[in-house]
Amino acid sequence: MNDVFQLSVVAGILTSAIRLATPYLYAAIGEAFSQRSGVVNLGVDGIMLISAYASFYIVLNTGSIWLGLLAAIVVGLLMGLLMAFISVTLKAEQGISGIGLYMFGLGLSSLLFKTTIGTVKTVTGFQPVKIPLLGDIPVVGEIFFQHSLLVYGAFLLVPLAWFVLEKTTWGLKNKSVGQNPAAADSLGVNVDRVRYVSVCIGAILAGIAGASLSISLLNLFQDNLTAGQGFIAVALVYFGGWKPVGILWGALLFSTVNAFQLWMQVLGVKIPSDVAIMLPYLLTIAALAITINRVRQPAALNKPFERGES
Amino acid sequence: MPPEKEEIAVRTRRFGSPGMFFNALLPLAGMLLALLIGAVMLLILKVNPLTAYAEMVGGALGSVSGITQTLVKATPLLLVGLGICIAFRASVINIGGEGQIIVGALAATWFPLTFRMWPGWLLVPSTLLVGFAAGAAWGFIPGILKARLKVNEILTTVMMNAIALQLMNLLIRSVLMDPAGITAGTYLAQSERLPEQSWLTRLVPQTLLHTGTLIAVALAVIVYIFLWRTTIGYRIRAVGLNPDAARFSGINVPFNQALSLTLAGGFAGIAGAVEVLGVQHRLLEGITSGYGFSGIVAALFGGLHPLGTIPAALLFGGLLVGGDKMQRAVQVPNSLIDAILGLVVLFVVGSALWSRRWAARRQMAAAKNQKELG
Amino acid sequence: MFKRLIVVLVLLGVLVSACATPPTAVPATEAAPTEAPATEAPTVEPVEPFRIAVIMPSAITDMAFSQSMYSALIAVQTEMGGESALEIKYSEGMFKVPDAAAAIRDYASQGFNVVIAHGSQYGASVQEIAVDFPNVTFAWGTDVNTFGMPNVFAYTAAAEQGGYINGVLAAMLTKTKTIGVTGPVEVGDAKTYVDGFVQGVASVDPAIKVSKTWTGSFSDVALMTEAAKTHIAAGADILTGSSQSVVGSIGAAKDNGSVLWFGTQQNQSSLAPTLVVASQVYDWSGMIKEIIANNKAGTLGGQAYVLQLKNDGLKIVFNPDYALSAEIKAAGEKAIADIIAGTITVNP
Repeated sequence: MNDVFQLSVVAGILTSAIRLATPYLYAAIGEAFSQRSGVVNLGVDGIMLISAYASFYIVLNTGSIWLGLLAAIVVGLLMGLLMAFISVTLKAEQGISGIGLYMFGLGLSSLLFKTTIGTVKTVTGFQPVKIPLLGDIPVVGEIFFQHSLLVYGAFLLVPLAWFVLEKTTWGLKNKSVGQNPAAADSLGVNVDRVRYVSVCIGAILAGIAGASLSISLLNLFQDNLTAGQGFIAVALVYFGGWKPVGILWGALLFSTVNAFQLWMQVLGVKIPSDVAIMLPYLLTIAALAITINRVRQPAALNKPFERGES
Repeated sequence: MPPEKEEIAVRTRRFGSPGMFFNALLPLAGMLLALLIGAVMLLILKVNPLTAYAEMVGGALGSVSGITQTLVKATPLLLVGLGICIAFRASVINIGGEGQIIVGALAATWFPLTFRMWPGWLLVPSTLLVGFAAGAAWGFIPGILKARLKVNEILTTVMMNAIALQLMNLLIRSVLMDPAGITAGTYLAQSERLPEQSWLTRLVPQTLLHTGTLIAVALAVIVYIFLWRTTIGYRIRAVGLNPDAARFSGINVPFNQALSLTLAGGFAGIAGAVEVLGVQHRLLEGITSGYGFSGIVAALFGGLHPLGTIPAALLFGGLLVGGDKMQRAVQVPNSLIDAILGLVVLFVVGSALWSRRWAARRQMAAAKNQKELG
Repeated sequence: MFKRLIVVLVLLGVLVSACATPPTAVPATEAAPTEAPATEAPTVEPVEPFRIAVIMPSAITDMAFSQSMYSALIAVQTEMGGESALEIKYSEGMFKVPDAAAAIRDYASQGFNVVIAHGSQYGASVQEIAVDFPNVTFAWGTDVNTFGMPNVFAYTAAAEQGGYINGVLAAMLTKTKTIGVTGPVEVGDAKTYVDGFVQGVASVDPAIKVSKTWTGSFSDVALMTEAAKTHIAAGADILTGSSQSVVGSIGAAKDNGSVLWFGTQQNQSSLAPTLVVASQVYDWSGMIKEIIANNKAGTLGGQAYVLQLKNDGLKIVFNPDYALSAEIKAAGEKAIADIIAGTITVNP
C-alpha cells in the first residue's frame, strides 16, 4: 500500500486522471449547456459514438486530424438538431427521446463501422504536445503539460464555458429559459431558439468528446467504443450542480479514483479487482452525499415549453 | 409532464370521437416514417426492404414461436416498466433499472441454490420475493439519498448500475461460479443450474413462454389498483403532479419519492428474478439485455399507465423479436435493427405533440358545447 | 376513472393492432414469391450445400472470440468450394440469451445441418432445443458438456497452453523484468489464458513481476487503454491481455512505440505490426471440418473437442515483421513441443 504514495505513482495517477477526465469534461459541460436551458439530453452517449466513428473514418481516409475533428463537430451538430427538433419543436418527452437518440447513435455507428471499415484499425490521431518551458518542469510538466491538444481543450473549456454561461447576455438567456420560460418569453426571448442553440452546443461538445476518444486518446474505433461514458457524463452534470467548475471537480474526482484503482491493481494491492473498479462510482456518490448539496436544478428542466400554457 | 397526460386522458374520455382515431394514427405514422428511413438504409445495404419487413412482422407475429417469443420479451419490459410508472408518476427519474435487474437476478440465483430442498410451491414465490427485496434495496439507496441528502437520483442510479455490474462480476467468479466449470477448468461466467422445482412452468411446449408473463400482467393490475385506488398511490401521484401542493396538504414529499424509487427497484428486481427462473435457469452475464432502458421506453409509450404499459411492452417486445428475425433472414448487421428502433422511439415520441394539440382543440370545442348546453 | 383506463387501453390496443395488421397483410404476400425461389433453387442444383448456422455473442469483426469462429467458417467454406458447397448463416451480437435461443430454434427448424451456438451462455438453450431436433447437429462452446445427447457436440479451447508459450517468450524478452496483463473479467478463457501466461513466465524466471489489471468489462476500450498505460508507467515493457477491448491495450503499446504485445484468440499482428511478437490463434476450422465429416457419416454429436496445441486447434503465430531472435523462438518451439509431448502440463 505504501507504494501507492510514492511520487512517481502519484504523478502517474494524475497523468492518467487528466486523460480519463477529457471525454467526460466535453460531454458533461455540453450537457450542462443543454440542461441549463431546460432540456435533458440522455442521448449523449449515442452522439459520442457516432461522432467518434465519423472522426475516425475521416482520419483513416484522409489522414487529417483537423478534418476528423470537423467531422465530429458536424455530426454532433446534426444529432443536436435532431434532438432539438424532437424535444423542442415537437415538445416530446425528453427522457425517452434521449434514449431513442442513444439507440440510434449506438446502432448507426456500429452499422457504419461494419460496412465502411469492417475490422479494428488504428490511426495516428492528435499526438501529445509538450508545452514549451512548462512541459519541462519535472513531474508537474509531465502531469499537466504533455498531453494532446484535445486534452488541453477540455480543460480550457471550463473557464470558457463559465464565461459564456455566467458573464454573457446569451448565458443569461440560456439560464432564464431554463428557469422560467414563460417569463423569458414575455421579455421577448425566443425560448425555442435559445434551447435549439443550447442543445446543439451540447451535442457538438458531445461530438468532440467522442472524437477525443477515437482520434486522440485511443486512436481506434470499435462497436460501442464509449461503453456508457455518456451516461456517466450526464450524471456528472448533477454532481457539478450545472456549473462548469463543479463538473470539473466531478470529472477529476471520478477519473482520479479510476486511475488510482488501476494503479492499486498494477501494484498488486490485495483487493478484489471488482471492488477496485467500483470505487470511482462509490466515491462519486459518497462525495455528493457528504457535501451538502443545495443546488436547485433549473426549474423548467425536462419541461417542454408551449406558449400560453402556463 | 404527468399533469398533461392526466388531462389528455380526461379530454379523451368520450368514445368514438374522431380525435381518438388520430391519437392512435399519429404514433403509427411516426413509426412508419422511421421504418421508411430504415428501408432506405436497407436499400443501401442491397436488401429488399419489403422482404426484410415481412420477415420482421412475420417473425414477431407470424407463428407460435414468434408470438411466444414476443411475449417472453415483453415480460421483463413490462415488469421494469411498471416500476418506471410508479417512479415517474412521483417525478423521480429512475435510470437504475439495469442495476436493479442485476441484483434481483443475483438474489434469485443465490436463494434457490441455498434452499434447494424446498418444494417448488414455496421456493418459487419466495425467490420472487427475494428478487423484489434485492431490487427494492438497490432502489432504496438512491431513494433515501434523494430524500435525506437531496442527492440527484439520475446520478446515483447511473452509478449504481455500474456498481451492481461489478458486484455480479465479483460473485459470479467466486461464490456463485458453477462448480462444474471449476472442475472442468473452463471457469465460465455462469452459476450452477438452479434446482428444477424453482423454474417457472413453461406454458407452451418447445417455447420459452413461462408463467412469469402471467405474473407480470397480474402485477400490472395490482400496480394500477395501487396507484389509483389506494391512499399511498394517491400520495405518490400527488407528489409527482405538484410537489408544492402536495407538501401543503401534508404529504411527506421526500418519503414518497424514496418509496416510489424503492418500489421501482423492486419491480426491476422481479424482472431479474423472472429472467433467471423463467428463461435462463441460471445466472449468466448479460442478464439485463438493456431492459433497464427499454423498460423506460415501454412505460412512456404506455403513457406511464400500468395497463397501458402492457400493450406498449408487447409492441416494443415485438419490434425486438421481429428485428432479430429480420437480421437472421436477410443477414443484415444486428446494429441496423438498433438504429431503426432508435428512430422508431424518436419519431413515435415526437408525434405526441400533434395528438396533444388535437386533444386540446377537441377539449376546447367540447367546453364550448357544454357552455351552450348549460 | 375507469373509462379513462378503458380509453387508454383501447387506444393502445388500436395502436398495436394498427401497427401490426396492415404490414402483415401486405408484405406477407410479397414474402411468398421471394422465398419460393430460395427453397426451389437447391432442387435445381445437383448437390445441396451443407448448411451451417452460427450464433455469436459479439460482432463478427471483434478481432477476438466471435471473429475467430466466423473466419474459421469462411476458411472451411473456401476450402470446400464456396457457397454452393457450404452455406453459412450467422446471427451476431446475440449476447441476450432468449434471443439466441430463438435464433437456435429458428435455424434448427429451417433444416440446417449444423447449428453452432458459439457462447458458453447458450448451453441451457442448446440442451433444451436439441431434444426437439434429433436430426440436427448442435455444437456449442466453450464448454466440454454434451449433456449426454447424441446430437450435441461441445468444444472449448485450452487457452492456458498458448498462454504458457506466450509467457515463456515474454519472460525471455523482458528487460525491465516487469510484464503487464490487461484483462476484462477474471472468468472463462480470459482467466485460463492469463493463468497459463503466468506459469510460462515463472518457468523461465520466477523473479519476473507479472501484474494484472481487470477492467470489469469486455467492451470498455477506454479503461483498457488506460490500464495498459498504467502498466507501462509502472515499468512494464511487455503487455498481453484478452477480450475484444484489448485493442485499446495494443493501441497504448503502439503509442509508446517500444512496448511489446502478445495476442490471443486472433492474430493481432495487423494492429501493431512492429510490436506484436506472437499471437495464440484459435483455429476452429479443423474442428468444423470434423463436425461436418461426422455429421455426413451419421454421427451427429456426443463428443467434446478441446482446441489444443496438440491437435492444431491452437496455433502460435509468430509475427513475421517482428525480428524475434532464433534462440528465443527455439525456446518457444521447444515449449510447444513439450506441451504436445505432455512433458509440460499447464493447469488452467
